[in-house]
Amino acid sequence: MAIDIGRKLQDRWKSLLVAVPFFWLLLFFLIPFVIVFKISLAESLIASPPFSSLLTWGEEGELKIRLLIENYAYLFDDDLYVRAYLNSVKVAFISTVICLLIGYPMAYGIARANPTRRKILLILIILPFWTSFLLRVYSWMGILADQGTLNNFLIWLGLIDEPIRMLYTQFAVYLGIVYSYLPFMILPLYANIEKLDWSLLEAAADLGAKPISTFFTVTVPMTIPGIIAGSLLVFIPATGEYVIPDLLGGGNSLMIGKVLYNEFNSNHDWPVASAVAIALLILLVLPMMLYQRYQSKQLQA
Amino acid sequence: MPQDDNFAHRPWLDPDKDPFIKIRSVSKRFGDFTAVDNVDLDIYKGELFCLLGGSGCGKSTLLRMLAGFETPSSGELFIDGEKINDIPAYARPVNMMFQSYALFPHMTVEKNIAYGLQRDGVAKAEIKDRVSDMIKLVQLNDLAKRKPNQLSGGQCQRVALARALIKQPKVLLLDEPLAALDKRLREQTQYELMNLQDQLGITFVVVTHDQEEAMTLSTRIAVMDKGKFVQTGTPTEIYETPDSRFVANFIGSANIFQGHVVESDRDRVVVRSVRDDNLLFYIDHGSDLQVNAKVWVAIRPEKVRISTTPHAEARSNQLAGIVHDIGYLGRLSNYKIKLDNGKMIDVTHPNQTRPKSGEHLADWDEKVYLSWEPSSAVVLTQ
Ligand SMILES: Nc1ncnc2c1ncn2[C@@H]1O[C@H](COP(=O)(O)OP(=O)(O)O)[C@@H](O)[C@H]1O
Ligand SMILES: [Mg+2]
Repeated sequence: MAIDIGRKLQDRWKSLLVAVPFFWLLLFFLIPFVIVFKISLAESLIASPPFSSLLTWGEEGELKIRLLIENYAYLFDDDLYVRAYLNSVKVAFISTVICLLIGYPMAYGIARANPTRRKILLILIILPFWTSFLLRVYSWMGILADQGTLNNFLIWLGLIDEPIRMLYTQFAVYLGIVYSYLPFMILPLYANIEKLDWSLLEAAADLGAKPISTFFTVTVPMTIPGIIAGSLLVFIPATGEYVIPDLLGGGNSLMIGKVLYNEFNSNHDWPVASAVAIALLILLVLPMMLYQRYQSKQLQA
Repeated sequence: MPQDDNFAHRPWLDPDKDPFIKIRSVSKRFGDFTAVDNVDLDIYKGELFCLLGGSGCGKSTLLRMLAGFETPSSGELFIDGEKINDIPAYARPVNMMFQSYALFPHMTVEKNIAYGLQRDGVAKAEIKDRVSDMIKLVQLNDLAKRKPNQLSGGQCQRVALARALIKQPKVLLLDEPLAALDKRLREQTQYELMNLQDQLGITFVVVTHDQEEAMTLSTRIAVMDKGKFVQTGTPTEIYETPDSRFVANFIGSANIFQGHVVESDRDRVVVRSVRDDNLLFYIDHGSDLQVNAKVWVAIRPEKVRISTTPHAEARSNQLAGIVHDIGYLGRLSNYKIKLDNGKMIDVTHPNQTRPKSGEHLADWDEKVYLSWEPSSAVVLTQ
């Protein structure tokens, strides 16, 4: 009996523990999502708020529901949106690959360093977060500008005569994204590589695998969870990135985050902006779901 | 010729035979700490050689230097006449079975075993045949498609063994191969390992901290302490003629008496106990000890006879004491005898007849007499 009551109490605690994050998600994710979704189905008006209500009362007192999928259709009408989506995905994808190529060796190096050096290296990775993200992007503007630090330095070295155009190019966007999101790639990779059983690498070498072969047959397969986690942490925010393409890419970069901002702020078309946001969300949720599927499959195996 | 026949089983006695593994003045230092201290060792082809020692004495480090995971700080290593110091681990003709097994968790049993052959670029069909032969050899028939986390400890051990053996290495290195198994499985696996080694003719170098395991398995044992070899020999040599108190205590147990040499001959030594001037020990193995040299006499518990009546013979090993404790283990009993001078002596007595109604050979606090043959004890100088 006593055990039974104890167990019931425990169960209650458990449901409470689950309820807290659930409630949090409901309040700060699901409700805003529903609101945005609602706006995306409305009509743009010059009023306050600048969109129509979905529910209206008819002349005979009946309730009318007006749902417009026009806003979504519009996203396909004007190829600006599709191009912006595709370009965002492309930029995010290439940035993710670059982050992976740079981040993997760094994470590996940190994980293999001796404990004191490892701590210092980890702090160095986290250090940039102590300065505002916006400020760091601004300082890149100072570095990359025609009369900026980098060009001046190269001219001073005599390597170039004319400044190279770097700011407001696609290159600057990639640089900014890779610079900003690299820690999000390194940290999960580090956590994974650090847990890696080094004796597996010795076993591979013992069985005749050269270092490269060991890397691809043992190290990489054993760190796939870290690779996926890091890649998602870079890819997802990079796809919706607004600040970096706006500040470093100028008019030359067409990314969905910027389009959304323009719809919302310059065009005051909240419904279309909401439709863009919902479409973006779906675009980003998909890879997450694929990852979930992969993880549960891993667990079953 | 009988002489040659002897050498076939004891190649280390053959002066014409070249050692298969040669370790020459090898040291390994980690910072200030010397894990392996200037060791020399010869291991012959087909041996099942054990490196035996307590935890942290440097046995794994020595094995890892042979495998190529640690570089010697100084000294040279040879396998089959070839110096291997500068050969990377992946190119050495040795394979290792890891203490933790180090099976690849993302590969099936089959893939784990095939891994080494794939690295060598062996043809697919041949890999398939050899893997299935190996799976049969180590009796893993139904488990080929399983992942390591679906196997028991004993099954993992077999996979690790199969994976290391499939490349037919010149030397198989085994780091505590049986340590993770329970006692019964360990005993059974010991014999399987020995049979396998006999069948394949591969030289095995086994690291263990378990002296019984070393005694059962090996052709020869090197006992290690603090990075050095303290004694190397066959299990019988190590047990019957230990050359230091450390070895006498580490391999089995021993009663040790300190004393001084009072007579020293080619075939007889007499030692006087430091505790008791009237107590003399007679040992019939000769030595070149000087009279008055400080020595220790070691006698194994099972070599001591116990009796309730005194032993009459003059100039023989004889002690008197009372029974302090009796440990009845079934097939034998351990007696702790307190000597008149206070020293405690262990005596093991086989229970060859069934004791009448729970009676022992001697009872608690009973006066008993201990004796042993002059050939049973050994004199140690360190
Ligand atoms: N990579 C290393 N760095 C520093 N010390 C080590 C290293 N490997 C082993 N040692 C030390 O060397 C000693 C011998 O280790 P080892 O050969 O593993 O002992 P064991 O005889 O138990 O197998 C231990 O004291 C251990 O702490
Ligand atoms: Mg060890």
